[in-house]
Amino acid sequence: MRTNLKFRRVAAIGAGLTEFRRRTLETPQELAWEASRKALDEAGLELRDIDCVVIGSAPDAFDGVHMKGEYLSHGSGGIRKPTSRVYVGGATGVMTAISGWYHVASGLCKNVLAVAEEKMSPGRPHPQAVFRYIWDPITEKPLNPNLIWIFAMEMHRYMYVNKVSKEEIALVSVKNKRNAINNPYAQLGGQITVDDVLKSEVLVWPVQLLDVSPVSDGAAAMVFVEGDIARRYTDTPVWIEGVGWTLDNTSWPDRELAYPRYLENAARMAYTMAGIERPQKEIDVIEPYDPFDYKELHHIEGLLLAKRGEAPLLLKEGFFDVDGDIPSSPSGGLLGVGNPIAAAGLMKVISIYWQLKGTAGKMQVKRPVHTGLAQAWGDLMQASTVIIMRN
Amino acid sequence: MVGVDIVGVGWFGFSPNVHDHSFREMMFEAATRAFQDAGAMNPREQVDAFISCQEDFWEGISISDEFAPDPIGGSMRPTMTVAGDGIEGLAHGVMLIKTGIADVVVVESHAKPSDILTFNKIVELAMDPIYLRGRKVVNYHFIAALDAVKYMRRTGISREDLASVVIKNKGNGLKTSRAPFSSRLSKEDVMSQEVIVYPFTDVDIARPVDAGIVVILASDSFSRKFNDTPIAIKGIGYATDSSNFELAALGEANYMRVASSIAYDMANIESPLKVSGIFVDDRYSYKELEHLEALGINEVAEKLKEGYFHQGSYLPVNPFGGHLAKGYPLEAAGLSLVLDAVEYLREGAESAIVGSWRGIPTFTGGTVVLSR
Repeated sequence: MRTNLKFRRVAAIGAGLTEFRRRTLETPQELAWEASRKALDEAGLELRDIDCVVIGSAPDAFDGVHMKGEYLSHGSGGIRKPTSRVYVGGATGVMTAISGWYHVASGLCKNVLAVAEEKMSPGRPHPQAVFRYIWDPITEKPLNPNLIWIFAMEMHRYMYVNKVSKEEIALVSVKNKRNAINNPYAQLGGQITVDDVLKSEVLVWPVQLLDVSPVSDGAAAMVFVEGDIARRYTDTPVWIEGVGWTLDNTSWPDRELAYPRYLENAARMAYTMAGIERPQKEIDVIEPYDPFDYKELHHIEGLLLAKRGEAPLLLKEGFFDVDGDIPSSPSGGLLGVGNPIAAAGLMKVISIYWQLKGTAGKMQVKRPVHTGLAQAWGDLMQASTVIIMRN
Repeated sequence: MVGVDIVGVGWFGFSPNVHDHSFREMMFEAATRAFQDAGAMNPREQVDAFISCQEDFWEGISISDEFAPDPIGGSMRPTMTVAGDGIEGLAHGVMLIKTGIADVVVVESHAKPSDILTFNKIVELAMDPIYLRGRKVVNYHFIAALDAVKYMRRTGISREDLASVVIKNKGNGLKTSRAPFSSRLSKEDVMSQEVIVYPFTDVDIARPVDAGIVVILASDSFSRKFNDTPIAIKGIGYATDSSNFELAALGEANYMRVASSIAYDMANIESPLKVSGIFVDDRYSYKELEHLEALGINEVAEKLKEGYFHQGSYLPVNPFGGHLAKGYPLEAAGLSLVLDAVEYLREGAESAIVGSWRGIPTFTGGTVVLSR
């Protein structure tokens, strides 16, 4: 990557979310449209003003529709215009925003609508069933692994290598569910204690029920416009300053699971682009991906915001609280808001956008914020996407 | 603005059944050949981003992008999937280069339809679950047939015209090693075939093939480091018309009309008649003509009768056979047409237009303008 980049500047000027819920009655197209309409309303644009549509959605099997990008193009307003779907498993949500960025930055489009949708609840008997088909058909599938097994392995490894206790990890779930109380879109906000987490049902040790985000349906949408025209629509554009993404190799059993090296690569790419040299000093608010509570700590270390094994200590000191030095997941994250996979990733970008715009309402962090970061993660523990925004 | 060139192409397969290679091995073979074609490029050091184009249900794997990085050299690098035809991936690669965050991008697409036991059922799953899937369309070619009949009514194109497209393309395929379905046919051969769904006989319908294709893009300031004869992408566009079949405008390829207008604007092309060759999706014989019309060529039927689109004419269309001769490798179909166009330009032609379509039941396509 060059460092003297001369792309067109890109601003986010609108965002919309549906409520994150389980078993919504709306079809995927209807959910996508609800979020898109809200994003267009916030931006003050109509569909006819949009040149290109980017769609993000994780496995097709959740909605049970082949070529889901085609199907969603209808609800996302992507008719008779360039419409395409990008996809990196669970990291898709932030990739959707990154793709929206490069559609504008490259000069192909002026106004882009980026839409992410996921409806996990149609999966029967449980969305986990979809994950039976993500493995290597020859070497892994015959073992019939369950997705929670491999995350239990990763969590265990993280705890073992960094000497972290379950109590320290449970604090993430307590913090995020508490933050979600202030989020009107959230599915599972609440005041819980470390004890509640430790007493919840064990799924695969050390993963317990309250360590995991809930199954959700939902959609999210954002409007990105060319920097030259952004101030025609709003006085408070939020600028996209850095993007990064990396995929590790497919062979997850061969990796050191205690540290997400692919995320470090993605973060370094985004930091280089945004001119950030000391991330812990220069970033004011973050939304790291937290489908499991240990993942937030794992990701904070991969983002170079804490040294390896240091994130749990900083968390305990309140460093990542809403009124802390770097508030983390002020929206409530996936643990509190819900986890419609691709939509949850874009929700994280939207949360940062609202924080930087100053319109996050009760979620607004206490200190003034100028630089924010959102991150998502997915595939076989191998993909990460990072976006950095400034106001 | 930064220009984008194609500096390497590689392919593997184009067989009805590649039984001795997995899809990952096919990707690896195609990538190795493309890197060799680009002056023995080292993907681990000289490529900035990787894009793979695939769809979960075709692969039989949920989250199939997990398997994208390793065979093409993209692990621990910016690698992503565009769930769509290879032309959409190519457009995303062009965008990455135009932003400046990448100078060299690898675009990969592959298909292994021979592994799919229930092809019809997978196509059915692409239809709207509420409005269309419940109708239980027994043979999905029926949908194309509706489109074809409407197109033929509107334009006066006859079964004989469709037969001459079949004869032209299957004959042209004899010139390339990538065309397992090529043959020399007479009009009687085609007209005497049994009709499957009017107006299609067996030879009017292209068949799926296994193939892997890799295309390497580079910014114009870098491209001559890798290749003496880079092929410039002058314009690229893609578009979706309606995704809802019941609301779609049948009988015209609006997606191609929108995509080509974007590509022509970018390439400053006034008329498609001014290029040296056209490579267009002919998954059904009528589609070649419908797509040519959407690319901006008027009176297609008359021009076809005058021999306009034949080999050696003013404007050859699918001079290497198109999908009727080569088969279509699902999401790699668009890149297979790009592959033909690159070879055509390397043989000495000046410019070419590529037009792709994603197939039934979609209304999505892409257009690329290439020049030497």
